[in-house]
Amino acid sequence: MTQEFIKFGKREITMDEPFAPGHRGCIGCGEALAVRLAMKALGRDVVIANATGCIEIISSPLPDTSWQVPWIHTLFENTAAVASGVESGLKVLQRKGRIPQKHVDIVAIGGDGATADIGIQALSGALERGHDFIYLCFDNEAYMNTGIQRSSATPYGASTTTAPAGKTSIGQQTQKKNMPAIAVAHGIPYVATASPSFPFDMMEKVKKAADVEGPAYVHILSVCDTGWRTPTNLSVTIGRLAVQTGIFPLYEVENGVYKLNVDKDLKPVADYLKKQGRFRHLSDDEIQKIQDRVTEEYAKLKAKVAG
Amino acid sequence: MAKKIGLEGSLAISEAVKLSNTDVVAAYPITPQTHIVESLAEMVANGELDAEYVPVESEHSAMSVCLGSSATGARTFTATASQGLELMHEVLYVASSMRLPIVMAVANRALSAPLSVWGDHSDVMAVRDVGWIQVFAENAQEAHDLVLWAFRVGEDPDALLPVMLNIDGFNLSHVTEPVLLNEQADVDKFLPVNRYPLPLHPDKPVTMGAFGPPFIYTEAKKAQEVAFSKSKDVIMKGWDEFEQVFGRKYSPIETYKTDDAETLLLTMGSLSETASLAVDNMRDQGKKVGLLRIRLWRPFPFTELRKAVANTKVLVVLDRCLSIGGPGGPVASEIRSALYDQEKRPKVVSLIGGLGGRDVTPTDFEYMVNRGVEIAEKGSDAEYEMIGVRE
Ligand SMILES: Cc1ncc(C[n+]2csc(CCOP(=O)(O)OP(=O)(O)O)c2C)c(N)n1
Ligand code: SF4
Ligand SMILES: [Mg+2]
Repeated sequence: MTQEFIKFGKREITMDEPFAPGHRGCIGCGEALAVRLAMKALGRDVVIANATGCIEIISSPLPDTSWQVPWIHTLFENTAAVASGVESGLKVLQRKGRIPQKHVDIVAIGGDGATADIGIQALSGALERGHDFIYLCFDNEAYMNTGIQRSSATPYGASTTTAPAGKTSIGQQTQKKNMPAIAVAHGIPYVATASPSFPFDMMEKVKKAADVEGPAYVHILSVCDTGWRTPTNLSVTIGRLAVQTGIFPLYEVENGVYKLNVDKDLKPVADYLKKQGRFRHLSDDEIQKIQDRVTEEYAKLKAKVAG
Repeated sequence: MAKKIGLEGSLAISEAVKLSNTDVVAAYPITPQTHIVESLAEMVANGELDAEYVPVESEHSAMSVCLGSSATGARTFTATASQGLELMHEVLYVASSMRLPIVMAVANRALSAPLSVWGDHSDVMAVRDVGWIQVFAENAQEAHDLVLWAFRVGEDPDALLPVMLNIDGFNLSHVTEPVLLNEQADVDKFLPVNRYPLPLHPDKPVTMGAFGPPFIYTEAKKAQEVAFSKSKDVIMKGWDEFEQVFGRKYSPIETYKTDDAETLLLTMGSLSETASLAVDNMRDQGKKVGLLRIRLWRPFPFTELRKAVANTKVLVVLDRCLSIGGPGGPVASEIRSALYDQEKRPKVVSLIGGLGGRDVTPTDFEYMVNRGVEIAEKGSDAEYEMIGVRE
């Protein structure tokens, strides 16, 4: 099987691993898989600015590093600003002839907490200023690095350690913040959603994001088996179900024009929710509520696609 | 020949940033710093300065942009004050720990609440321990010169440290003074091109800012501490070379009429010009009074300070910052501990004044000397006293 993949797979996907094996991620970590695929798509002429969070922690315990490419981590909420600085620095140094003329993709990466909560101001600033950079949000729907606390990207009904399900609560009582829509509202040239369960679609989008001039934002749903309380061997399946149920549709917005990338008849959301410990407490009524909301949101998205 | 012109303190700084051929400026407005970044914006817009000007959405992002650009090897400048400096707080530690030679001007200002845009040293005293080289300029000329020196020292491969240049808000930032504008040719002689040893670039990948598990964190901090202590040599060399090129001499501590002084006043920043008037006055009255001004605040000039106060009986320290519930003004308490182990040491009296833009006059300084001597002789129950408070 592996041999077959090496024979045929490398025609489709590079064997280079800018994000090297040997990181400390949990078994089945969908976020690490997503980063690995994104790095394959980006190649080595990049500088990565990484927010504090799981990816930074699993990839960089001194003196080890998973990064075969230039990489900088500073703080939790400032990654888009650090990337702005890297972009400005390389730009002026090239202009002044102090470093070789060569295109370098500046890539900021962060979790949903780093992106939708604490870092949203820095991100908004960087998108608005129009730096030529890519922002990749690896959304595992909670603050995983600090132990599964809720974020504004945690979906309605999920149980987390700071919004636990209990006798008087279903867990998260708010709806997931729509980060891609916020990115679109900045009028940037490229916004997309992606999932490592659709690897070629995801890599295409990351490449496109790198190719556009100006800011690009890709929001990548990344299954966290530890935080979602799912079996370690189902991360890819569950990521696929998120798309197939319409909970996390795959779409892109190029210069304001919406396009749906996977558009088949939707499976019931229960197929997705019932596989996960974080939703185990939900009653059929609650699941129906979620179903109704997903149906409604999906229709809104399709209306945008139809233009 | 360098020309002498009238220049506001803020513009003395931005002119020096231009002469330094700075590559990246991150800018966010806050009084009384704003003239600095406004004039830099103008220089970039007019094509006088070839820099990337990044008008960020907060000071937290200003310093974060500085981290990123400095890590590419670009010469990087920003300026702030007060709330802006506090908003940067956590980022300041990263700049020094990651050895990024950013230069920042701080137009010192009080902290809220109540809101005050006027000057004191509360902002900078809250960031004493962030691991930056920190200096206080007394006048516009010094501010102009110290920018060049700050880049020269910070970017030296033996230092690689960020440098904070403090100027008093309004008293210095907004006052026009005669300044000898340095010549570009001299600046080019003094300040080499920034050659950051491990810049972020795909041609030679580096991992910067990895996390430190317990087995290595202490060693990482020790390495930083050693580098910081050693930066004193670079600092002194920088001032020596500055004198050779520009003819003006700078040192960690300035002394005024200290030789036979029994009582010394100690200040930082622009107030020392006022204090020197009081010293002259009291000298005329036959009182043996002198003045010390600390220019280099970090690394703290222990040797120079101990030497300067060795024959003094009373050292009156004016702090423009309150350390509520603490052992005295921040400067006074540091000086007390710097002198504690000395066999011969003056009594250190901690007075707090000049808060939130309150004027400190020569008469106030005379009062401080007299009150200081009184406290030194009779003792006091209080660790410190606030002066000039209206009852
Ligand atoms: C200013 C600040 N507040 C809080 C933290 C603690 N912290 C570190 S990582 C993290 C959660 C990261 O969550 P997310 O961005 O979603 O990334 P994940 O770990 O889930 O991949 C938190 C709360 C911090 N490092 N800095
Ligand atoms: S906690 Fe989740 S996101 Fe973090 S390493 Fe483990 S599986 Fe990956
Ligand atoms: Mg997360």
